Amino acid sequence: MIQSGVVELKEILSLEHVSFTYASEDVQESRKALEDISFTIREGEWIAIVGHNGSGKSTLAKLIIGLLFPNEGTIRVFLEELGEENLWNIRSRMGIVFQNPDNQFVGSTVQDDVAFALENNGVPFEKMVPRVHAALAQVKMESFLDHEPHHLSGGQKQRVAIAGALALEPELLILDEATSMLDPQGRDEVIRVVEELKRQTGLTVLSITHDLEEVLLADRVIVMNQGKVLAIGSPAQIFERGDELEAIGLDLPFSMKLSDSLQKEGIELNGNHMSEEELVNELWTSYFNK
Amino acid sequence: MDIVLQQVGYLYAKDSPFEKRALRDVNATIPSGSYTAIIGHTGSGKSTLLLHLNGLLKPSEGSVRIGSTLITSDTKGKALKDVRKHVGIVFQFPEHQLFEETVEKDIMFGPMNFGIPEEEARSRAHELIELLGLPPDIAQKSPFDLSGGQMRRVAIAGVLAFNPSVLILDEPTAGLDPRGRKEIMELFHRLHEEENLTTILVTHSMEDAARYADQVLVMHDGTSVLSGTPEDVFGKAEELASYRLGIPRSVRFQRDFETLTGKPLGQLALTEEQLAKEMAVVLKEAGGRK
Repeated sequence: MIQSGVVELKEILSLEHVSFTYASEDVQESRKALEDISFTIREGEWIAIVGHNGSGKSTLAKLIIGLLFPNEGTIRVFLEELGEENLWNIRSRMGIVFQNPDNQFVGSTVQDDVAFALENNGVPFEKMVPRVHAALAQVKMESFLDHEPHHLSGGQKQRVAIAGALALEPELLILDEATSMLDPQGRDEVIRVVEELKRQTGLTVLSITHDLEEVLLADRVIVMNQGKVLAIGSPAQIFERGDELEAIGLDLPFSMKLSDSLQKEGIELNGNHMSEEELVNELWTSYFNK
Repeated sequence: MDIVLQQVGYLYAKDSPFEKRALRDVNATIPSGSYTAIIGHTGSGKSTLLLHLNGLLKPSEGSVRIGSTLITSDTKGKALKDVRKHVGIVFQFPEHQLFEETVEKDIMFGPMNFGIPEEEARSRAHELIELLGLPPDIAQKSPFDLSGGQMRRVAIAGVLAFNPSVLILDEPTAGLDPRGRKEIMELFHRLHEEENLTTILVTHSMEDAARYADQVLVMHDGTSVLSGTPEDVFGKAEELASYRLGIPRSVRFQRDFETLTGKPLGQLALTEEQLAKEMAVVLKEAGGRK
């Protein structure tokens, strides 16, 4: 987090008053998909964007990677205004992992797949090998070099997709609902890998999700609702507005829901409990451990 | 309509060099009117099993009885068509199967294919639009202009249109946001009660299995390994772990709470509301807040 008085870190991404409307034949039906969005992401920050289906978060992702361009406002990526001329250059500096693990494989083995984008970018073979191995090690898939991607589990596939993005040594990693199609084990695997990356590298990450457990890992959270930014803040600040989050269709972490239900049963507790550990500990110290 | 599986085995590409066993010795009884959850790790055979429950696959070994129809490897195609009138499947991402010009025509397609007169199919379509909580004016819209959640409801209406007595749901909430997931699960719960359905839910969510089902069937490595009430099945955390399955969050929290306090709760907490109630009893007995 940026504190006042501290030198500000380099800006990675910034949106200023961005609006977007999908063109529609029916004028009455064209609603603004995004309205007046502004925020800035700095180097090393880990940002989660949350919102229900239809809140505008996918449109936002498409604008950031230049698949769509705003009707109003500007988007700056790596300090350059994103436009059709510099799009390819800017995109080559970011890594993107999409939702469906089955739609993003081209290689016949795991290592070929990770090498694909490097080949496309003209990285020489002798540099490619160590980068592929290092990227796969970062997602704990180094023992699967010669496996066929299609025979991996969903969680393993998404980890390989993340390795493919990391091999490009991106300055910004975008996870676009990368865990939403996975089973619970797969989701845990990917979240653990992402946590580890956060600890070990200074990578800037933008994670678009509706999983509020995933949000707990972020430095800052941007909550989207009906095409607008509803709130920006740390996970603790965001979860303080639990009722509002539920009202717009998001789910609170289990420990918070339980803490809420306990209070309805007449059990006194102090404040929010963002993790199960926090809740168990409070119950223990206030009810049993005199 | 009871469904009884006896010693069911299935081989993909039987008698070819690519022969692969997907099921072996599966035994299960799904009583008429029950709500059964089928759980199992990716690759456990639950999807192959599901295709046997409405005659899309015939068992290579053993038999499947659906109501009065007995299906074995020798059963002819015509007998299976009859079964399919009574058993509806909502596949994963059912909205991918929408194809008609209007919502009304899409819902009417299935029944008319089974020879139901047009007017009857139309009035059934309108009933279903209401039953699924869709706005009435949606009938004449193109299904492709709807939101993701609405498209899924229309696709579900298409399955309900020929009044199946058994409804099979394959991961019906995949890709939906938390509110959408809850709404769809509550909808199936209501349909189960109001339409006297036999419901079979294939899910990765232990929480949904615990909350909605009255019987749980566990698949592992191509065979049925455990079945019983949710209390029985989710009380066996170690056994489930050996099948690479977890337990519902509420049960996990209950275990942590019991270990820490040494106070067992009255019963297995299948939902977070139930957990809060049981915990409140113990906490109040402990003499309240210290």
